[in-house]
Amino acid sequence: MNLTINQALQEKIEQQYQRSADFALTKEQIREIIARRAAKEFKEGDVVTLGIGLPTAVADYVPEEKHVIFQSENGLLGVGKSQSGDKIDPRIINAGGGYVEPKKGACFYDSQMAFTMMRGGHIDATVLGALQVDEEGSLASWLIPGKMVPGMGGSMDLVVGAKKVIVAMEHTSKGAIKIVKKCDLPLTAYREVDLIITERCVFKVTPDGLLLTEVNPLFTIDDIKASVTADFKVSDDVKFMEI
Amino acid sequence: MKKIVSAKEAISQIKDGATIMVGGFLSCGAPDKLIDELVEQNVQKLTMISNDTSIPSVDKGKLIVNKQIKKIITSHIGTNPETGRQMHSGELDVELVPMGTLIERIRAKGTGLGGVLTPTGVGTILEENKETMTIDGKKFIFERPIGADFALIYGSKVDQYGNVAFYGTTRNLNTVMATAADTVIVQAEEFVDCLDPNEVVIPGLFIDYIVVSSGENE
Repeated sequence: MNLTINQALQEKIEQQYQRSADFALTKEQIREIIARRAAKEFKEGDVVTLGIGLPTAVADYVPEEKHVIFQSENGLLGVGKSQSGDKIDPRIINAGGGYVEPKKGACFYDSQMAFTMMRGGHIDATVLGALQVDEEGSLASWLIPGKMVPGMGGSMDLVVGAKKVIVAMEHTSKGAIKIVKKCDLPLTAYREVDLIITERCVFKVTPDGLLLTEVNPLFTIDDIKASVTADFKVSDDVKFMEI
Repeated sequence: MKKIVSAKEAISQIKDGATIMVGGFLSCGAPDKLIDELVEQNVQKLTMISNDTSIPSVDKGKLIVNKQIKKIITSHIGTNPETGRQMHSGELDVELVPMGTLIERIRAKGTGLGGVLTPTGVGTILEENKETMTIDGKKFIFERPIGADFALIYGSKVDQYGNVAFYGTTRNLNTVMATAADTVIVQAEEFVDCLDPNEVVIPGLFIDYIVVSSGENE
């Protein structure tokens, strides 16, 4: 578990990031680091469902030649580019309400079929955001009692059914810790998360708890320890995240 | 031959206190003309079953803003701040149901089942006060069927026999809702004499009334 920053990486860091005291990353940098990393999780031909918000950006980093097919819970398998201007057809949207183009080979279906795909175990991977994730792999994402009540939408079904569940989220929320020992917000699902990707690190959820597999070179393992309350082990072959 | 009626005529059947199902995912495939008429007639104390409450200025959102809904059973209210506000002030009773569970509860009603067993929500607050069953070592929650007095749905193309066809992602909950209400009213974006049987998604037997979007069809 030795992580040393070689000269090439050092130069890259200096070029890309302001050497401010705390390496404060901009929102755009955070989004890009997370989305780029999450996009690497897909295999050739995977069918993937992306959550709303940051997870939606993951599609931009998946190379075309990987033939990943994006599924949308509102009834579209083969989600293509966003549409604007006179190309908009209000009868074709994604789950976030955005206007999109169906890709070659796409199909439309109703909600019952959408959830047969999602809950029925036919989706290879899903990427979604969370308010909290804990060391058992449970996540909370749909309710802050008394404050924010958006509802769960299709997330609960998706997380229970998808073969691989990837949480992609900012490491902390305005300083508040999100990777916790045990979620205290109402759960979206119990022990369903497989991987946690933030701008600072990557955790694999194993039967023995969290395993730190990658660290952003702007941060140290001690930084990670100080910014989560969950217990974790450091992988024997822990690596730097690509930035 | 189905009854082709005006929106006014169709909606006038819905009385205060009725339970309605409304199709659409946000505004896509939402029967906006039928909803406008429901707002116009200002039917009160409705229980609404819908995927979401859209945004305040359009379709389902208008019913919330106009305070016609007493209770809503839905999966997501995040796009309409007014729904959250009325919930917090106690004006509106909100029952949140996972989207997949909502659809299956409606389907159970439409297909004559006594409920469904779902893994969704196991280990969460949704399991509270519900029966569970373990099948082949896996735990499931028992969810009850849910139906309505009226279903207001949308169809891209509807023929005189009530057969419905769709364009794009407008199918969403319209198909399942057509099976689970005593009276089903479809808003036809386009009305045709007869659809190609290969095109039909909702068989005409589920449809009671057709309202054509464009203009008055008496």
